This record gives sequence, structure tokens and C-alpha cells, in this order.
Amino acid sequence: MTVELNLTRDPAHLRHGSNIGQPLTRTEGVLKVTGKARYAADNHPPGMVYAVIATSCIARGRVKSLDVAAARRHPGVIDVMTPAHKPPLAEDPDAKGNPFAFRMELLQSDEVRYANQAIAVVIAETLEAATEGAALLSPRYQVEIARVGLDATEAYAPPVVGIGNPAEVRHGDIDAGFAAASKRIDATYQTPAQYHNAMEPHAIVAVWDGDRLFLDTPSQGMAMAQMRIAGLFGIPPGNIHINSPFLGGGFGSKGLVSGPQVLGVMAAKLVGRPVKLVLRRSQMYGPVGHRSATRQRIRIGSDDAGQLTVIDHEARITTSSFDDFYEPAADASHTLYASPAIRTAHEAVRVDTGTPLFMRAPGEATGSIVLESAIDEAAFACGIDPLEFRLKNYAEVEPTTGKPFSSKALRQCYAKAAERFGWAGRPLQPKQMRDENGFLVGWGMGTATFPALMFQGNARAVIRADGRGVMESGAHDMGQGAWTALTQISADALALDLEQISFLSGTSDLPDAGIAGGSAHTATVGAAIHNAGAAVIAKLAELATSDQRSPLFGAGNAGVVARAGRLHRRDDDARSESYAEILARAGVAEVEASGTGAADPAAQSQYAMHAHGAVFAEVKVDPELGQIRATRLVGAFAAGRIINPLMVQSQLRGGMIWGLSFALHEEAVMDHRSGRILNANLAEYHVPVNADVPPMDVITVDEHDPHVNPLGIKGVGEIGITGSAGAVANAVFHATGIRVRNFPIKIEEIVMGLG
Amino acid sequence: MMNFDYVRPANVADAITAASEKGASYLASGTNLLDLMKGGVSRPSRLVDVTRLPGLDRIEHLADGSLRIGALVRNADLAHDAEFARNYPAVAEALLSGASAQLRNAATVGGNLMQRTRCAYFYDAGSACNRRWPGAGCDALKGENRLHAVLGWSEGCIATHPSDFCVPLVAFDAIVEIEGKGGRRELPLEALHRLPGDAPEHETALERGDLIVALRLPANAKNFAGHARYIKVRERTSYAFAVVSAAAALRIEDGRIHEARLALGGVAAKPWRSREAEQVLAGAAPDTTVYREAARAALAEAKPSGDNAFKIELAQRIVVRALTLAAAGTPDRIAALPGSPFSSVAGA
Repeated sequence: MTVELNLTRDPAHLRHGSNIGQPLTRTEGVLKVTGKARYAADNHPPGMVYAVIATSCIARGRVKSLDVAAARRHPGVIDVMTPAHKPPLAEDPDAKGNPFAFRMELLQSDEVRYANQAIAVVIAETLEAATEGAALLSPRYQVEIARVGLDATEAYAPPVVGIGNPAEVRHGDIDAGFAAASKRIDATYQTPAQYHNAMEPHAIVAVWDGDRLFLDTPSQGMAMAQMRIAGLFGIPPGNIHINSPFLGGGFGSKGLVSGPQVLGVMAAKLVGRPVKLVLRRSQMYGPVGHRSATRQRIRIGSDDAGQLTVIDHEARITTSSFDDFYEPAADASHTLYASPAIRTAHEAVRVDTGTPLFMRAPGEATGSIVLESAIDEAAFACGIDPLEFRLKNYAEVEPTTGKPFSSKALRQCYAKAAERFGWAGRPLQPKQMRDENGFLVGWGMGTATFPALMFQGNARAVIRADGRGVMESGAHDMGQGAWTALTQISADALALDLEQISFLSGTSDLPDAGIAGGSAHTATVGAAIHNAGAAVIAKLAELATSDQRSPLFGAGNAGVVARAGRLHRRDDDARSESYAEILARAGVAEVEASGTGAADPAAQSQYAMHAHGAVFAEVKVDPELGQIRATRLVGAFAAGRIINPLMVQSQLRGGMIWGLSFALHEEAVMDHRSGRILNANLAEYHVPVNADVPPMDVITVDEHDPHVNPLGIKGVGEIGITGSAGAVANAVFHATGIRVRNFPIKIEEIVMGLG
Repeated sequence: MMNFDYVRPANVADAITAASEKGASYLASGTNLLDLMKGGVSRPSRLVDVTRLPGLDRIEHLADGSLRIGALVRNADLAHDAEFARNYPAVAEALLSGASAQLRNAATVGGNLMQRTRCAYFYDAGSACNRRWPGAGCDALKGENRLHAVLGWSEGCIATHPSDFCVPLVAFDAIVEIEGKGGRRELPLEALHRLPGDAPEHETALERGDLIVALRLPANAKNFAGHARYIKVRERTSYAFAVVSAAAALRIEDGRIHEARLALGGVAAKPWRSREAEQVLAGAAPDTTVYREAARAALAEAKPSGDNAFKIELAQRIVVRALTLAAAGTPDRIAALPGSPFSSVAGA
């Protein structure tokens, strides 16, 4: 609750306290468990009708005909939107205005680019009528052969990977690294396409009022959505009002507004009525992004003592035939291990799918499972314990850049997690441990890492005549706990109790909070809130210290400190005045100020900024039947300042379960001839169920980072997957002696391998 | 979805009349049918809701020692009936290994018998499927088929039957009671589901209007209660269909297997009873050597229908495991993770 004002003199992160760090339960929890939290698809404005997308069942070709008449004849159908019948757009949906403007299918042509692409939209009085109308369209196609899989087309070097990263990075002398190696690993791994599968499907309720547009739709980035929609419809962004108070998960798939959401807006325009459009589960496998399939060759060299001499990590990744997103899979090898020579390189293959996009830990998830498996292979080849091997190659500075880390408590993570797990005494050889029932037992580990990113976000702070505070920022709660964590930061920023402040969020009518992605939202918006709070208190201090009637007169801004709704003189704590008293005397109804959170380029150029962690896994394997069961997961993470331990634990657990899923369960199965996904449903697209989730232990390791941002936050949204996936895969090897390099690990590999 | 009539008949006779019309389909809890309708795979013009039919939700002990289970008894209710679980532990174990708790609470015994294959090509309206469209071909045959049939399949269809429940039922000679236009008749469950042959679209022996009203377990099924298990390998611990499963039941007297029952799930278009294996076991001393021989006999005719040769090996190992566990004796109660190799009393 204390805010000091001289931001330049003392590191700000040292001053927060009473609210930040507390395990507050979700501020919106009661709303959610009582069903009162209103998600986008819960909205029913008067006169609303339903839109249903008709999707392509071919992956490549053209729509030759649609039986629009049959759909229109169906009772309740109002209109059928097709390439020939749709409202005009002000912008080509295939135009590339900026790297984040991904091409979308808005019925601009009869071309089909992937299975499940929208080819028409039926609008009807009821959901059932619209659904049947879409079925009655009975499309006929001109089919072209679908390009499926990692060998479908000629591979090429992408211009960049991820967000502007170079496709190839070289550090040190690669040839010398190989020449110096006495132990070499050369392994090729594959990871499948995966889909975000947020519980809440993409949904939109769109209401036009002249050239103003009101949208209820889940968004991880409302301001970017405003910009995109504004461009497409030729209206000012400020005319678009987006409500997105709650997301039922996003994981990156709601970071950018998707084609189907825009189709809902077009449908509302076409029929002149409010429209609701909700994707069916199966329709989420295509137009809203996915994780690329990858094939990664990794070569690791070391000397006999296990000192790395080279890491050469090459990734082949799939992208769509019509746009450019490149999963930065190999980049996972940049930061973790101190090798004198590191090379990462990417090549891409165009296939007939929707464009892959950011999916929780993009690059790190796909790359980490491969790097951590290969490090395990390298340690085994040297006959060294996997933890000892990692400690031997511990990076004291970022290997590829030579920069010092802004903070790095990875050693403590290794130590704490290993101790909690009971790693000591693990046999080096696989297939050595059995439990009392005869099941094979294996222990594996992985290192977790994710960059500590910052985007740009804004907040507005107000202190009112009654001494209460308001903090506003159009932030995004995907379930990660933004409402709660940002409320805590707001209270500390305003030096008020939680009960004395209101935190307003979840709508585009509030200051732009940037994008909830890259594990950067709390850091970014938290910094904006921190700065807005400091600025509004500075204004308050200005009023007090320049007023002769105030006990604070003459102290100057730097001479006062805010605490519990009062300003105190720094040199005489007894001389103080409440916010309400200051405003009343000044005759001012309220003071307000804005703040921005953004990366500090100077700090970024000086330091490498990453969160780290260590994950240890135990699996049991049936020695005859090959079924695998994870039985323990222990993770320790160092991610800067922890704003709310409850939310953070939840994020890390969720990530670790996703890592388990990556290793053992998750995969989109695509027919190699048609390019259609065969398991586009939650019955057959397997993610772990409760019975698959073992007892988990999540440890957070304190880390004070004065460089990443004013609050010292690194972010925890994505790091949980990294490390965990590799730890589980390595535990399977340790249990069975079988190194499976195709993920997810399938039962046939174990059954046939156990012989 | 398409418009359809919905009728809720007051008695079985009215139900049969209502369902005898072309395009009509019975609806029980709809845990499978409604998904098929939403996906456009099934497009019935009339749904005949049988859930309110009187008298079909009872478990009755008949005078001859057999057990009669009404078609509308819910899967969860049956599995949690203490006497049922005591007398037919492998059946209860199979029931509890299936689907999820929510689905088991809704799904009915009759509906479980009638559930359709989970072959992805059957569900994918864009694919060729002889079950959906006779003569269209089978896209599963050269498609993604690592989980498809290894026994009893044809070039026309390589799909498997997904039920867990039916596997021990065929092992115990369960009888299906059917009401139809011609009155009441009975059929061994083993004869209800058909192998695809050259007519995969004929999935069962039922005729239009036929309604399953009850399932009967004969008196001698109880004799196996001391040595009966169901083991299921799947790709996650719950809410997944079997890769391969097996029900094994033994009658052991004086250190010898007096009588054996064995059936496999996930290997064919029907729950697969193996009398060949049972013959190998009958009269033998219960040991691993004879279990292996029985397993070889059960899978002797198996051949891969695609990328699924591993299932032949896995099925044999599951047979050995199921027999080993059955011989060891049925646990006093069904442990957590029913059917799983990791069920805490499964041992190994």
C-alpha cells in the first residue's frame, strides 16, 4: 500500500507490498461459479438472429456451386451470405497491412485454402434453422490434391520466424564444435499439429448502430481487433466497442480477431439485425490458428566429461499455403545451455491448412521438448546424470548474445525441485526401477524457459473526493487471473486497500492494455497501472505540497510518500493528510492521470531476460501392455515477482499438464489424402483428463529482478509447458529404455519396443 | 440440424408402430445419436423417445437364476448395483471403464448395445464410408487406421465396435430380448452385431421397428464371479475408447480351469468371443504358458487392416493379462481406475 514518488531514485519494485504477493482468490470467482459471469455467447440483444458458417470439406480447390435456394427455402432462414452476396469491405482481407494482419477468409472468392474454411454463412431466426440451412447448401467443388504433411512441398528458408526473429542464428564456430566433440547425438524428432481447444469456442454477438459497432466477443487484444475490424469496414476504430470481460481460455487463438468473428459482423450488416455467431468445436480446427507440425534434427556434441561443444538445432515447420507464420521451434536452443557453438535454423513447408499461429509457448513448446530430450540423450551418452549434465553446462550469460541475465535463479530451481522430487540416487541406466506391482518406473527432467517480454499498455488512475480510487485498463482475463492480479497491483499503485478501489477492465472503451500474450500481460499492464498510480499520486502531492494550509506544504513531490490513503512527509511521518482532505481543500472533485507500461530498450539491450524453471517427472509403464501413466510432477520456477501465488500456481499447473499432454496425448490426426482433420472433437483429440493428471508440486523460487520492468514481473503463462513435456518424455525413456522421437508417445512404440 | 418429428409413445406397441416408418429412429438418452445428428451423419425424420416407456428400467432376478436387465437401466445404475457387481464383476468393471461419469449416468443398457463405431471416416461426412453410403467405398482402408480392426474385417469396412459393456456380455452368453412387429423374440448378443462382409451397412440383426427391451444374463454367468476381470488399454486413463480390451472369466476347480470365457473389444466390428481360446484353457492348469497359447488361439486369424499390426501383439498380451488377473481372483471391490492396467488392485 505504499507508493513512493521518486521513481528514478529507488527501484520501484522494492516498494510494493501489502496487496501484491497475497494469495487473493479470484475477484470474479463468485460470478463464475454462480453462472453470472457473462461470456460473449451469453448475450442476447433484442432482435438477435443466428449465423452459422458453412465450411469446406475439401482442403484445396474451388467451390463450384452452392444450393442457396434450398437453404433459403428452409423455414426460418433469413439470408445466405456468399461470395456473390455479402456486404462490401473497405479492405482486402488478403492485404498484409502489417505482420500481424493475418489473411482471413471473408468470402472474398470461391477459393478453398484448407478444410473447415468458411464458404458461406447462413443467417436464420434460430440456431437450428441456420445449422440446417448451412447443411442444405450441398457445396460442389473443383478439387485439387491436398498438400499434407512435412514433405508435401519443397522446403524453403522463411524470412523470419516468430515475431521477427532471424530464421538462422549462428554463434561460435560450429565446425570446430563438432570437431572438438567426442560424444555426438544426431537425432530427428517430430511434433504434430495441435489445436488450442479453448473450452469457450470463438463467438461473437455483433450489433450495428449506423456506423457504430458493438461487439461481445472474446479477445486477447481488443485494440488490435478494433484496428483490424475498423480497416475492414472503413469506420474509425473508436466507433467499435468491444466487450470481452471473460474468456473461456484463449491460449493465443484469440490474440488476433479471426475470420469467423468478422463474418459475424458482416452477417449483422447484411441482415440489419444483431447477429450471434458461435463456432462449433469442429470448426475451431482451421480458421483460428494452431501449432505447426515440426520435424527437428538436433545435433549435440560434447567432450567425454559432458562439456558441450556444439548444439545444432534445425527445424522444419509447416505453414499455410497463403500466409506466413513460422513457429520458431529451434530458438529454444538459444538461451539454456552454455555451448561455445550454437546454430539454429528453420525451413518451412507450405501445406493446405489454416495458418498456424501463436499457441501457448509458441516455439518454446515445440523446441523445448526436442532440446530437453536431446540433452537427455547427450547426458546418457556421456554416462552423466541428467541434472549434473545440465549444471555442467549452466549458462552464466546468454550463450548466443553474451549478455548477462537480468536475473536467473535456475540453479535454485534445479536444487529445490530435485530435492522435493527425491532425484538423488536415480540409476543412470534405464529400465532399472520397478514399483511393488511390477510396473516399470522412470524419472526424467527438463529445464523450463520462456522470455520475459513486455508489450505496450496503458492505464488511467483516478482518486476521487471521497478518497477512493479507480484504476482503468482494457485488460484481458483469459482465466489466468488478470482481474485479480491487476486489482492487487492497482491497490498498491494507489496506496489504498483493495476495498477502497475499483478496477475496471474488459472493454475496449477503457485505455488500450495491449495484447494478453507472450506471458507479458501482467508485466505490461501492471507497469502501466504502477505508473498511472504514481502519476495520480504525484498530482495529489502537487496539490498538497503547494498549498500553505497543508501539513505537507513545501515538502515537494519527492518529499512525500503515500500510504493507506494518506500522504506523509518523508522527513516527518506524523505530518500527513488524507487523499479526501487534500481534494476537499483544493475544491477538486477528482484527480486523474495516465500511465504506460512498455519495455525499457536500454535494459533490454543490456540484459537477457528470461523466466526459468526445472521440472521432474515420474512415470510408470506397464511392462507388457505399454500403457504409460505419469505419477508425479514437480516443478520449480523462477519468474520474477509473484503477484498472486494462487493464480501463478494455477497457471504453472495448467502449463505442466499441457506439457504432459504434449508428451503423451495431444495430436491432430489429419487424413493424408483429404487434408481433413479426423479428430476435431474433444472425445478423440485427447487432452489429459483428471485421471491422467498426477499429484503435482509447484514451487516458486523468489527472484528479484530490477531490470525487467518496474514491478520485476517475468510472466508465468507459458513457461509451464516447456521443460515439462521433455521431463515426461525422458521419464518414459528412463522407465523403458525406449527413446520415442515422435510425439505424442504412442502405445505401439512402447508395446513393440518392449518386445 | 434438420427438422424431425419427435414422438413419445406411451407403450412398447405404440413405439414399435411409430418406429416402423422409414427414417424413424429410437431415441434413448441420445449420448451417441444426438452427436451423429449434429454432425449430419444420422438424419432421422422421426425420433421415437423410449425413455418414458414403463417397465423397462428394472433389474429382475428370474426364477431360473438368470438376471434380466431392462433396456432403460442406466449404465451407472447397473454398475453400482451391489448385487450385480458381486455376481458379474467383469461386467461392472467394463461398464465403469467406459466413457465418463456424466455419460454413464445418462447412457442406457439398450443404447450401449446400439452405439455406432467411432471410426473417424464414419463420422466425417466428407469421407467415403460403406456404412453410411453402401457402395461408396472405405476411406479408412488406406487412411489413418492404427486403431482399426484386426479380426473379422473386410475390404468394405475395417471399423471396430466401441462398446466395453458388450465384451464381457458376449463372454457370458447374454441374450437380447427384442420386441418387433412380429412380437417378441430373443437373440444371443453375439448374433446382434454383424461383421461387415460385403454389407457393412447392416450393422445389426435388428429389423425396422425392432426395439431392444431387455438383456438377460443366464444363470451360469454367476459361476465365474470369483475369477472374472475386464482389462482395457486406452490412450488416456478415462474418457477414451479401447485400443484393445479383454474380458476373461474362469471357473477354477481343484487347481484346474473347469470352464473359461474370453472376449476381446476394440479388435472387430463386434465384441469378439474366442471359443478357440476357451477350448485351449478348458481343463488346463492355470499358468502363463496356457494363457499364451490361448492368446495365440484367439488371434490366430488376425491380420492387420492397416497400420495396426501392433494391435495383434497387444491383444495377445491383454488376453494373457486378463487371464492372469482372473485366475488370481476377483478383487473384493472394483478399485479406482476400473479396467485400467493401473487399477490399484490390478497387480502385474
